Amino acid sequence: MPETKMRTISYAQAINEALHEEMERDEKVFLMGEDVALSAISPATAGLGERFGHERVRNTPISELGFTGAAVGAAMAGYRPVLDMRRIDFMMLAIDPIANQAAKLRYMLGGQVSVPLVVRAPEGGGSQNGPTHSQCLEAWFIQVPGLRVIVPSDPADAKGLLKSAIREDNPVLFVEYRALYSLEGPVPDGDHTEPIGKAAVKREGADITLIGIGSQARNCLEAAELLAGEGVDAEVVDPRTINPLDIEGLAASVRKTGFCLIAEEGHKSGGVGAEIAASIQEAAFGALEAPIARVAALDVPVPVHTKLEAIVLPSTEKIVAAANNLLS
Amino acid sequence: MARATSRLTRKRMHEMYRAMLRIRRFEETADDFYMAGKVVGGVHVSIGQEACSAGVCAALREDDAVLTTHRGHGHSIAKGTRLPEMLAELMGKVTGLCRSKGGSMHIADVSKGHYGAHSIVGANMPMAAGIGLAYQLEGKGQVAVVFFGDGASNNGAFHEAMNLCAIWKLPVVFFCENNQYAVSVPAEYSTSVDDISVRSKGYDAPGLTVDGMDVAAVYEASQEAVAHARRGLGPSLIEAKTYRFFGHSRGDPHYGMYRTKEEWEGWKERDPLIVCEKMLKMTAKQKKAHAEAVEAEIKEAIEFAENSPEPEESVALEDIFA
Repeated sequence: MPETKMRTISYAQAINEALHEEMERDEKVFLMGEDVALSAISPATAGLGERFGHERVRNTPISELGFTGAAVGAAMAGYRPVLDMRRIDFMMLAIDPIANQAAKLRYMLGGQVSVPLVVRAPEGGGSQNGPTHSQCLEAWFIQVPGLRVIVPSDPADAKGLLKSAIREDNPVLFVEYRALYSLEGPVPDGDHTEPIGKAAVKREGADITLIGIGSQARNCLEAAELLAGEGVDAEVVDPRTINPLDIEGLAASVRKTGFCLIAEEGHKSGGVGAEIAASIQEAAFGALEAPIARVAALDVPVPVHTKLEAIVLPSTEKIVAAANNLLS
Repeated sequence: MARATSRLTRKRMHEMYRAMLRIRRFEETADDFYMAGKVVGGVHVSIGQEACSAGVCAALREDDAVLTTHRGHGHSIAKGTRLPEMLAELMGKVTGLCRSKGGSMHIADVSKGHYGAHSIVGANMPMAAGIGLAYQLEGKGQVAVVFFGDGASNNGAFHEAMNLCAIWKLPVVFFCENNQYAVSVPAEYSTSVDDISVRSKGYDAPGLTVDGMDVAAVYEASQEAVAHARRGLGPSLIEAKTYRFFGHSRGDPHYGMYRTKEEWEGWKERDPLIVCEKMLKMTAKQKKAHAEAVEAEIKEAIEFAENSPEPEESVALEDIFA
C-alpha cells in the first residue's frame, strides 16, 4: 500500500476542512445556524461564509425549533443541510424535529422519504459555563431509533466521520467536544472518510480495556500513559459512534484483557456507559474478571466555579484511580 | 371575511365540488369502517371542512407541496393522494401508503407532492418552511402549503416558522382551518385574537380571513396567496372559519359535550357541499353524475384495500435507515 501523507491539524480545523470539502463536492450541502456566517465566531466554520456565500452558509434567528424543523423539510425535499447547534444544550428547544420527525419520518411514511440531515452539536464542560452550557447529552439520543449518533475524539476521526455523516442518507447527530477543539493530531491528506459504526483501538494494551467516549477517549489515553508508569498496560478503545454501537469491536478488547472501565463526560445514570456496560456483559460476560467500572459526570448539574466543576466532571486522574481500584 | 367573486368558471367549481364529495364519501367510509372494527388505530375525520381542502388544492400545481395534520384526509385527497393505497393504510394493509406503519395520522404520498400528515400539532410548519427553502433554492417556482388548526396557531412552531418564511421570503402559504375547537378547548378561550389571520401582521405578511364553508372564497384567497409566494414575495396567512361536523375523534359526540346542538345545527346549514350546490344551481342530474363517479372511486378503493395482505412480520424492522 502506498504510504498516506499525514498533516497535523486541530480538531476544529478538521471539522472545518470536512465542511469545506463536502460543500465543494456536493452543491446540495448547506450550513445553517446561529452566527455561522461570521468567521470569527468559531474555528470550525471560519471561512465558509466567504467561500460559499451566505445562501449556503446561512445565519438563522435564535429559533432552534424553527430552523431545525426547516432543515428536516429541506432534507426531505432533496437537500443535505448541516446544522450548527452552537451548543447541545440548545437542542432541547429542537427535540421535536429531531426525535419525532427526522428520526421517524422514513419509517412512519413507509420509506417514502429520506432525511439526510447532520446536526453538529458542540458540547461539554471545563470552561466554567455552568449548568445549561456544559452538558453532554448524547445519551438522550441513543434512545431514538432512526438517528445516527457520532462522537469523534481526535482530528482524524472528526474529519473522516463528519464527511461520512454528510454523505449519509439518514439523520445524524454529530457531537463535537469543545474541550477537544484545540487538540492537534495527524490527519491523512486527501478525501479522508471513516466508516460509521466501527470502534477503533486508540492504544493497544493487555491488562485492562479503557473505553472512552468523546472527550474521555482523550483522558483515557492520558490515563493509559500514567498507568504504564505504574506497570499497567491499558488498551484504549473508542466506540466513535454510539448509534450504531460496535459492540463486537468493544467486546473483542474486553475478551483480551478481562477488565473494563468506561469513561464519559455525560451523567452516570442512564448514560452511554450504562448502555455499553449492559451490552458488553451480554456479549462477553464470561471474559470479565470483575464488574465493569464507570467514570462519568456526577448526577448533579455542572457548576460554574472551577473547583466545583472539577468535582463534578470526570478527569484523567479519576480514570486512573478507578482503573487501579478495579485491578486491585 | 372575504367572499367569493364570480370570476370562477363553472368547470372549476364542479371540479372542486367533486373533490369535496370525494373527501366526504371517503371519510364516511373510513368512519363506518372504524365503527366496524376494520381500521387499525384512530381516525380524525374532517367532515364539514372539505371546502378548505378542495379550495386550496385547486389553486396548486402538481409539483407544489402540501403538509397536513392529524385531521388530514381531506387535504391528502384534494392534493391527489391515491385513495386505494390511502384506505389500505387505514386498514393496516402492507399496500398502504406507509406500509401500515403510519396510519391515518401520517398519510403521505410524496409522488403527489404530499409531504405528510404530521401528528405532532405545529410540527409541520417549520418543515414546510424548509421545503419552501428548498423550492427557493431550486428556483422552479414551487410553493408549499401547510394546513393547521386554530390550536396550532398558539404553538411556538407556528410563530418561528412564520418568522423564518418572512425574513427569507420563502414560498409558503400558511392555511389555518379555524374549526373553533382544539379538541374541547374553544379558540375564543385559547387564542388572543378573534381573527387568527391578524397574526400575520407580526411577520409583515398578508393575512386574510375567509368563509371556510365557501369553496369559491377559499379558492380565490388561495390563488392570491399562492401567486404571492410564486412571485417570491414570501408567506401569507389565510384563516378559514369552519367547523367539523364530527367530534374530535370517535371519543366524543357531534355535540353535547363541549358544543351545543344549536351551534352544531347552525353550522350544518352551511354544509360546504350544500353551499356549493346552491352556488352552481346544481341539477339533480349533475348531482347524480358526481355521486356515481365518486362511488365508483370509493368502491375501487374498498376492493383494493380489503383484498390487500397484512404486513409480514419483517416489515416492522424495515424503513428505519435509508
